[in-house]
Amino acid sequence: MNWASPAEFFAMGGYALYVWGSFGVCAVLMILEPILVRKRQSSILRILRRERQAEILDTQ
Amino acid sequence: MNNKLVNWFKFGSPQSFYPLAGKMIPWFWALAVVFGIIGLWISFFVAPTDFQQGEGYRIIFIHVPAAWMSMFLYIVMATWAGLGLALNTRLSGMMAQAIAPTGALMAFLSLWTGAIWGKPMWGAWWVWDARLTSALILFFLYIGFIALQAAIDDARRADKAGAILALVGVVNVPIIYFSVKWWNTLHQGASVSLTKAPAMAATMLWGMLIMALAFWMYSIAVTLMRVRAIILEREAHTEWVKNLSEIQGEPK
Amino acid sequence: MHSVIAIIRRDLLLAMRRKSEVLTALFFFIIVVSLFPLGIGPESALLRKIAPGVIWVSALLATMLGLARLFAPDHADGTLEQMVLSPTPLGLLVAGKIVAHWITTGLPLVLLAPVLGIQFDLDRGALGILVLALLLGTPLLSLIGAIGAALTLGVRGGGVLLSLLVLPLYVPALIFGAGAVESHVSGLGAGGHLSLLAALLALAVFFAPWATTAALRIALE
Repeated sequence: MNWASPAEFFAMGGYALYVWGSFGVCAVLMILEPILVRKRQSSILRILRRERQAEILDTQ
Repeated sequence: MNNKLVNWFKFGSPQSFYPLAGKMIPWFWALAVVFGIIGLWISFFVAPTDFQQGEGYRIIFIHVPAAWMSMFLYIVMATWAGLGLALNTRLSGMMAQAIAPTGALMAFLSLWTGAIWGKPMWGAWWVWDARLTSALILFFLYIGFIALQAAIDDARRADKAGAILALVGVVNVPIIYFSVKWWNTLHQGASVSLTKAPAMAATMLWGMLIMALAFWMYSIAVTLMRVRAIILEREAHTEWVKNLSEIQGEPK
Repeated sequence: MHSVIAIIRRDLLLAMRRKSEVLTALFFFIIVVSLFPLGIGPESALLRKIAPGVIWVSALLATMLGLARLFAPDHADGTLEQMVLSPTPLGLLVAGKIVAHWITTGLPLVLLAPVLGIQFDLDRGALGILVLALLLGTPLLSLIGAIGAALTLGVRGGGVLLSLLVLPLYVPALIFGAGAVESHVSGLGAGGHLSLLAALLALAVFFAPWATTAALRIALE
């Protein structure tokens, strides 16, 4: 084990800004990307569902 | 043999790939999370402190996988694009289009982490190191591909034009890399480079490989998600899309 | 072969009729190169050092100016479709158009470069290498640029998009072209750079017309 205490872990031997700056941005973007893709998917699904509903109303 | 070929073409159609991709996505997410946890654990708790670079070197565990993936994804993207051009299949172009943003993200991450790593190691946020410079140009190539596809309204034409650009890019990437490398050695002399750094410990290599696997699984999962959205957008007015169970339900 | 020469002559004739376009690119080149000393300062040691890079970057930008109009007028008046239908392979005709583009934009840059080099206090040997490197490099720029021009043909925002696509691909030409002069000045000899530039040119002569043709066919579909 490298770290004696959580504080030491977060300090990263004085490199906290650099280490957390890169891991943090990486994590944020890799969480953000799937959320945006899912949004794209649900918005196209919503449009398609509406179109279908409109078609059903048309035929009635 | 023939039977297999038929199977491949069956899954090559958007209609049968759409549900297949839907089934695969959770598995790739699970793999990405598992590899990610193991990789992070190795990179923070198993890998020892580097005697020269202190704790700062731990950035390597995301920097190198991101850089690998950015190059690898470009090749995969160009392969799909080339397949689409050669076989004229609909799915190939959609795959290439789905890979591009994730590839650009990886290229950006490798630049970002490279710059942040450079500050404590080289004393500057940006150095014109051969790897950083070629990563920057690779990022531009991704942006060019995305911009070209976005500018062309007709999806089939966008696929084909993008395919040619991707293939031209794939021929150029090694040329760019070696020219930048040569330029760099001519101008900077000896700079700090990873290959010349103290021999890499086995645990470091393992951590990097497992993190690379995590990034790989992540890329596949996100690409499959995006390709499903692209399939729906492009095939919106086909019978099979109208008969999908997701669409049969009530609008929310 | 006859039709290739005919295409080159036709494009040159058209360029002569619209002299302003050719001259604009040329003056753009001169102005951009002349702006650098104003921004950096008149110190001749520094200017000598940056001269190859400045001249090369300006040459890249100047060739970009004419690229957007490489195929666009022919596309607009239907000539391009005639070319696709003609018995001569499209690749040859495209090669002819690229040659004409180089003669109207690349060659003037090569001829003007020594004059601009003198402004930057380059000696005679360095000027010779600069001209030689540009002679090998500017056709490369026209060839790679043609691919981008064909890809962005009839696309909205084509001009800006064209530079986004093409400039990253120009990087090796820039490195070896400017590097040739620099390594000559520093006494290393320019042979290596020039032969690599020639190798890239050979590669591009082989592949670029083919890729351009494919892109044009897609644009015309």
